[in-house]
Amino acid sequence: MIYQGKQNIWSDYQKEIPDDHWYYVRSCIRQNFFPASEKMFMEICRNVLGKDIYENEHHTTCGGIAYHCDTIPQETVMTIVARQFALMTEAGYENYVASCITSFGNYTEILETWNEYPELEAKIRELLWKACRKEFRKPKHLAHSSDLIYKFRNEIAEKAKFRLVNKETGEPLRVVEHIGCHYAKMFPSKGVGGAEYPYVLAGMIESWGGNVIDYPERRHCCGYGFRQYHVKANRGYSISNTHKKFESMEPYKPDMIITNCPGCPYFLDRWQYVIAEMEGKTYGENGFGIPVFTYEEVAGMVLGYDPWDLGLQLHQVAVEPLLDKIGIEYSPEDKYKGLNKKDIMKPELPSGIRCF
Amino acid sequence: MGKLYDLLKEDYRVKEGLNTCINCGTCTAICPAAEFYRYDPRKIVDTVQRGDDDEIEALLKSDTIWYCGECLSCLTRCPRKNGPGLVIMALRNLSAKLGYFVESEKGRQLFPLTRIMTGNILKYGYCIHPDTFSWEDHVESGPVWKWHTEHLEDSYARQGANFRGKGPGILREIPKESLDELQRIFDVTGATERIGTIEKCSEAKAKEMGMTLDEYYRYTFEYSSDDHFNND
Repeated sequence: MIYQGKQNIWSDYQKEIPDDHWYYVRSCIRQNFFPASEKMFMEICRNVLGKDIYENEHHTTCGGIAYHCDTIPQETVMTIVARQFALMTEAGYENYVASCITSFGNYTEILETWNEYPELEAKIRELLWKACRKEFRKPKHLAHSSDLIYKFRNEIAEKAKFRLVNKETGEPLRVVEHIGCHYAKMFPSKGVGGAEYPYVLAGMIESWGGNVIDYPERRHCCGYGFRQYHVKANRGYSISNTHKKFESMEPYKPDMIITNCPGCPYFLDRWQYVIAEMEGKTYGENGFGIPVFTYEEVAGMVLGYDPWDLGLQLHQVAVEPLLDKIGIEYSPEDKYKGLNKKDIMKPELPSGIRCF
Repeated sequence: MGKLYDLLKEDYRVKEGLNTCINCGTCTAICPAAEFYRYDPRKIVDTVQRGDDDEIEALLKSDTIWYCGECLSCLTRCPRKNGPGLVIMALRNLSAKLGYFVESEKGRQLFPLTRIMTGNILKYGYCIHPDTFSWEDHVESGPVWKWHTEHLEDSYARQGANFRGKGPGILREIPKESLDELQRIFDVTGATERIGTIEKCSEAKAKEMGMTLDEYYRYTFEYSSDDHFNND
């Protein structure tokens, strides 16, 4: 009965995601920390699925992080977003896809606010004209890039070389999914599955052979908190929230974590390293951590891309135990090589958590 | 109702986020900040809806409004469809605008934050950039990130980035005409004026505290007193 109830709720929160022709905007955080994930998104959409995804060099930040750090007024972030929409309009697109969850939340908040307060939209149009001599149409469809991978999850499964299955036991891997707060907590109807039972990542896990873990703090924030991370004095907030999540998921023995937000995989990965250094505690098997992935990294892994082309060497928590569990081959000696196998040395190994 | 309350009510985030709070405390129960800091969003919303200007002014000058992480988990769960997080954002905006932020330790952090965020947007077109995300200020990013920053060009090339390059792609150089447009957006929408307010008020506070502006920057970025936390 409970499962059927959840299914009903999911069916109430399905969004329309067009098949093709998207205007793509990059993420402040992902470009820095998970650059290969953005590359893989384009690779999957264009070359695996044959879709039209357009990017323009002139687009910029949406201003979302600065806005949520309270450093710019709301009129400023709205006008930056209006400029992004103008670039989409000039390029002849009407479907808008953002790489960042906070951007997705920011765009949603702004579009909803303009719907509620048309005089504010008119004011922003005037400000954009004054600053940039640009005009815009609002997107017909707004999506987060995880929405697109979700939509095509079964096509990806059909082309997959690997499944999220333990090759020794044949059992599905135990997968924690973590949804970025700004995906659906503000506007539940804008995310696949809503805020309480978001299905965007669970759908990928199920299609690719894994089992979704339900645990008490599943919906708790990763602890980014904007100013609570970017100001050094506040980072105790950030690690405390990550710690709370790991303590809660630990009894369920997750094999891996999949995320759809730019910041969450960084914090869930790096704070495991810090917890190990501070307290000697690790959450994976045999002194390892629990590897944390973006959804593009997981899609790339099941499609059979080289793990080092996916950027998995930039994780602090070792991914090799999971690759071995699935049966994905990799070259240990190439992990930290540059282009054309250029030797660029190796990182030091941490003392509290096992790494390669 | 007072002048500060009227200013807050002009903000659409208060219009949308405050529809008669019933003080049930669901927001506090779900709040990641309330678990860590001595912080209670229910009380903040209650103070604002009472409309007493003296109480609101005290709030605008306090550490309290700066504890929230703006995850907005409270919006999902409030049975009255309030948004305590949105009310906090409006309070912070007013505190910055009026220069009240310098009266609290957490408020003063707006100085380094503004320099980092607005500086990055106007110079690089994004809120975060490798040139200003130093490993020394982010040791939690681990030895792998130290290695990455020591081999930045090679590491980003291996990841498929167009680092500092022309044309589209990851971490490309944003064309000058686009950066100029961002500057003009800042000028006409109040961001440039806001940066000026933050700088001017912080400069005065640094002088009052007997520090140079550079010392004040490091101090506000790094120092945390012990009286913010729940478990102390």
